Amino acid sequence: MSWNWDHVWDSLPFLLEGFVQVTLLVTVVSSAIAAVLGLLIAIARRTAPAPIAALLTFVVNFIRMTPIVVQLVFAYFAFLALDALTVGILVFGVHYATYMAEVYRAGIDSVPKGQWEATTALSMSRSRTWRAVIMPQAIRATLPALGNYVISMFKDTPFLIAITVADMVSNALEYGGDHFRYVEVIVLAGVLFLIASYPTSLAIRKLEERIAFTT
Amino acid sequence: MNDDLSALWAAIPQVLEGMGITVTLTVLGSALAFVVAVVFGLMARSRTLVVRGFARVVIEFFRGTSLVVQLYLFFFVLPQLGWEMSPITAGVLAFGLNYGAYGAEVVRGSIAAVPAGQWEASTALSLSPVHRMRRIIIPQAWALMIPSLNNLLIQLLKGTAIVGFITLFDLTVALDKLRIATDLFFAYGFGLVLYFVLAYILTLGMNALEVRAKHRLGQGESLREALSFRTPDARGSVA
Repeated sequence: MSWNWDHVWDSLPFLLEGFVQVTLLVTVVSSAIAAVLGLLIAIARRTAPAPIAALLTFVVNFIRMTPIVVQLVFAYFAFLALDALTVGILVFGVHYATYMAEVYRAGIDSVPKGQWEATTALSMSRSRTWRAVIMPQAIRATLPALGNYVISMFKDTPFLIAITVADMVSNALEYGGDHFRYVEVIVLAGVLFLIASYPTSLAIRKLEERIAFTT
Repeated sequence: MNDDLSALWAAIPQVLEGMGITVTLTVLGSALAFVVAVVFGLMARSRTLVVRGFARVVIEFFRGTSLVVQLYLFFFVLPQLGWEMSPITAGVLAFGLNYGAYGAEVVRGSIAAVPAGQWEASTALSLSPVHRMRRIIIPQAWALMIPSLNNLLIQLLKGTAIVGFITLFDLTVALDKLRIATDLFFAYGFGLVLYFVLAYILTLGMNALEVRAKHRLGQGESLREALSFRTPDARGSVA
């Protein structure tokens, strides 16, 4: 069975539609949610009273160690009032927030102890310590790791098929089913992922080198 | 709740069957992934451009395209090209190659992270390249790579939850059947705990491997000491 370019050009607009309307949308919005929520979790685990912090740690580990597909289906049925795409965005945001919280935690831990002591010596308020001294140093080191999670989320978006959201891959399957021909569409979907994710990961590697160089 | 428990009791064979598929895919997938990781991780360090280039292309392909796309590639595309395979085989290949590609980067990075002095010392002692790798570099790199490999192993376990897409009856599909027999919160609560327990068992096993690997490098206590019960102050006493 030979490669047929007609199927590529035929299906491309359909795949790109799924790519823009679901894959990109979910990646961007969920990343924003995960980045903010992850930071809040990381700060809460350091500042909340011990029992609350312990409970939070357990919840975070539980979410991290169970499959996102199961969480998607669970949330889909639990929040039937919301549409599937919204549920997907929220679940991706919360799931990846638990990963990003670990990254932030490592970043905060990497700020030298002397910085904390210096803010005490300067009698800075707690909020000012976090905002003006700790976070600027902590976040810089975390940027590459956060970027890698965004790429990983991007590649996980086809899991949304489990809750009937029509992303690029499910469009590819639909096209394949209609034409009894999966070869070109699946490969095309893979290539589109590669085109988007590979340059991004190269850029992140460059950023990593630059941060390593300047610190 | 009582109805739920009796429905759960009735569904036990199904849940066990689904769990069997999940565990099978995890074990076979991670075994293949480990082989792929070691082979391509070493190839990516080769001095020969062709070997290194080949390894990089394979690694970037399987890292850069989505796991779901690869699953469908093995399930839908290869049969159309004349390679028939069972859904289990397609799943094992997809998980093994995808996570193997991530693992190859871990293997490569860990070998590169072994301090330069160790390489120089083994050259100074005129060890052969094979001897150097086997006795000096790999034991140290192995201790470095275990935590990252553990993360990948957990991700692989969680990744198997999508094999319902290729008609396999795994734990997630079994849970969906249980949901219809009982209710959402009961079935998925139960199922998430099962996945959590599986992931936790894997983590404990990998932690044990890490303790052993470090002990063999002369760091930390032996596995037997770490597992033995003793009075609390025996561990915390730092002279």
